[in-house]
Amino acid sequence: MRFKDTQIEMSHGAGGKASRKLVEGLFAPLLLTDAAQMLSDAARVEMGGTAIAFTTDSFVVRPLRFPGGSIGELAVNGTVNDLAVSGAKASAMVVTFILEEGLASTVLEAEVRAMSAALKRAGVSMVGGDTKVVERGKADGMYITTAGIGIPMRGVHVDARTVRPGDKILISGPFGDHGITILLARQDLDLEADLVSDTRSVLPMVEAIAAEAATGIRWMRDPTRGGVATALNELARDCGLAVELNEEEIPIHDAVRGACELLGLDPLHIANEGQFLAVVSAEYADAALNAVRMTDGGDEAQIIGQIREQPAGAVVVNTRYRGTRIVEMLVGDPLPRIC
Amino acid sequence: MRYVDEFRDPDLITKASDEIRRLANPSRHYRIMEVCGGHTHAIYRFGLKDILPENIELIHGPGCPVCVLPMGRIDDGLAIAKAPNRIFTAFGDMMRVPGAHGSPLEDKARGTDVRIVYSPADALEIARKNPEKEVMFFAIGFETTAPSTALTLMSAMSQGIDNFSVFCNHVTIVPAIRAILDSPDMRLDGFIGPGHVSTVIGCRPNQWIASVEGKPVVTSGFEPLDLLQSIVMLLRQLDAGEAKVENQYKRVVPWEGNRAALKVMAEVFELRPYFEWRGLGFISQSALRIREKYAAWDAERRYSVPETRVADPKSAQCGEVLKGVLKPAQCKLFGKECTPEHPIGALMVSSEGSCAAFYNYEYRKSQLTSISAMA
Repeated sequence: MRFKDTQIEMSHGAGGKASRKLVEGLFAPLLLTDAAQMLSDAARVEMGGTAIAFTTDSFVVRPLRFPGGSIGELAVNGTVNDLAVSGAKASAMVVTFILEEGLASTVLEAEVRAMSAALKRAGVSMVGGDTKVVERGKADGMYITTAGIGIPMRGVHVDARTVRPGDKILISGPFGDHGITILLARQDLDLEADLVSDTRSVLPMVEAIAAEAATGIRWMRDPTRGGVATALNELARDCGLAVELNEEEIPIHDAVRGACELLGLDPLHIANEGQFLAVVSAEYADAALNAVRMTDGGDEAQIIGQIREQPAGAVVVNTRYRGTRIVEMLVGDPLPRIC
Repeated sequence: MRYVDEFRDPDLITKASDEIRRLANPSRHYRIMEVCGGHTHAIYRFGLKDILPENIELIHGPGCPVCVLPMGRIDDGLAIAKAPNRIFTAFGDMMRVPGAHGSPLEDKARGTDVRIVYSPADALEIARKNPEKEVMFFAIGFETTAPSTALTLMSAMSQGIDNFSVFCNHVTIVPAIRAILDSPDMRLDGFIGPGHVSTVIGCRPNQWIASVEGKPVVTSGFEPLDLLQSIVMLLRQLDAGEAKVENQYKRVVPWEGNRAALKVMAEVFELRPYFEWRGLGFISQSALRIREKYAAWDAERRYSVPETRVADPKSAQCGEVLKGVLKPAQCKLFGKECTPEHPIGALMVSSEGSCAAFYNYEYRKSQLTSISAMA
């Protein structure tokens, strides 16, 4: 369907329905060589007979530093994670800085140091970059774009079309921490909570699954903007099946639940920067869950649901009270500029 | 989480739903209206319809402040905000509600300075920090939010903050319920009474519904157990042939209401002779306006207001849905021209709007049911 909105609004960048319409209605048909190719977190390209994964991500978060992380760390982890959930291990990265006139050098240096530490942790080489400076008032201090290539992990095949009824849905840990942390860090609300962003590389956890249950992996995604709900709605649409979640098994920190209750938000729509979702075939589900739980930082991983035939294309939650509700993709933009 | 988890306890909820099944007379069909949009939202969000017997029908009421606002008021507010050096502030609920020329968010993309606030006090703070700008708060809501607007206007006066004003759209709940009861096509057995509004006005203003109209009313909280318990209480009254006002939400709602809040409202506001409600038309003495004493902070006096009158699109049936005559999915536009991404009416925008709640939590479930029913 052609992109028909008359102007760009914040929702086009929020990762939900509007973003998808922009990509599918304008960017993909005019820019992609193979427009029918399924859009995922990273592209697969063949170069001289070798397959590599290739992706890019931009970061425009405000504030630049927040409890548990900062824009520099996000910029590295975001690209590492996009590659990881595509079944690839990041190997090299390039970076573009868009800096605002007047930005304190100490602030910039702190972010470069944060990037350096994140690169070391992920075992990725930075191999190039570019810098632009814009007038004061044209950027919130700095924007960072990274692009990375990775080597596909052996035996891992991520494709929504391979998902089958009965497959299990795994999440690496409690979600919503990042989005709520950023919302509170802005101090627009007189709310405080003992909460830090979950910003981290998910590569070690993905590698652990790949080692123990590679052939069981059907699909993976890091639920960033738009949250778990949007990622799973895309899955439901792409595989033509129903995604069924069991409310009782969904891990959410109390502080996130509390903030969402107060603000009328659904934790399923809140962004994350250090979690991933995986669909694993039923016979490999226990092995995959154990593998993630044994990995550092994966102890709160959970199987939160399963794939069903019906209602095709939808995400359904079984509530604690024998009721069900549909979970829609994010519409609009609950929390502007969080990654 | 205290005060939340106890009211979502699966065992207690099962007990309450068993009690409802025991009390509901199988040969009878019950039509119960939940007045508040907050109740509508909770009913869908927690999947409560699935655990109620089929002969208990919940009808969604008019208690969604964004939904009852006529389009022209949004256009008026945005027209004022468009002038240079002005800042438009409103609750997040308002941001995607379309006027005839677009929503506040669309105007933001076109250059109007639009900001989301979580309370009118935040809007006043923006005015204090930006003395060179004129800040307008687009006030919406029933008696729930009116006291905080009133207090903010009193602060603006006492602190002498002159670059602040309020575009007042506050409405009162009782006349809307009366309008619905007067509607000839409506047959109701009882009301799940407003929760948040009653924390301010108390339960007494609903007494006429029981004594004059002969319908039971139970003022209810917003958690699943609150709503189920309120239905139990209504069924008991109906079973006994009684009609009285009961308070299920005692942990929050005092019978007499909140005197301090009523006092500040009386200080700042007076009743408008009449006000237009979307879908319900003009209702006399159903809305608040700012008293003469606070005229300097009243956007309607301070600026020239275009007084836009916009008729709803003919095919949209927001009024019927708002009155509970039609279910959201029975509107001709529902899920076709009117969706959460492209809302025609406010009922599809606000999280408390019955169309949005139905679309977000229930719609595709019902599509599935109708497909399997055909098969």
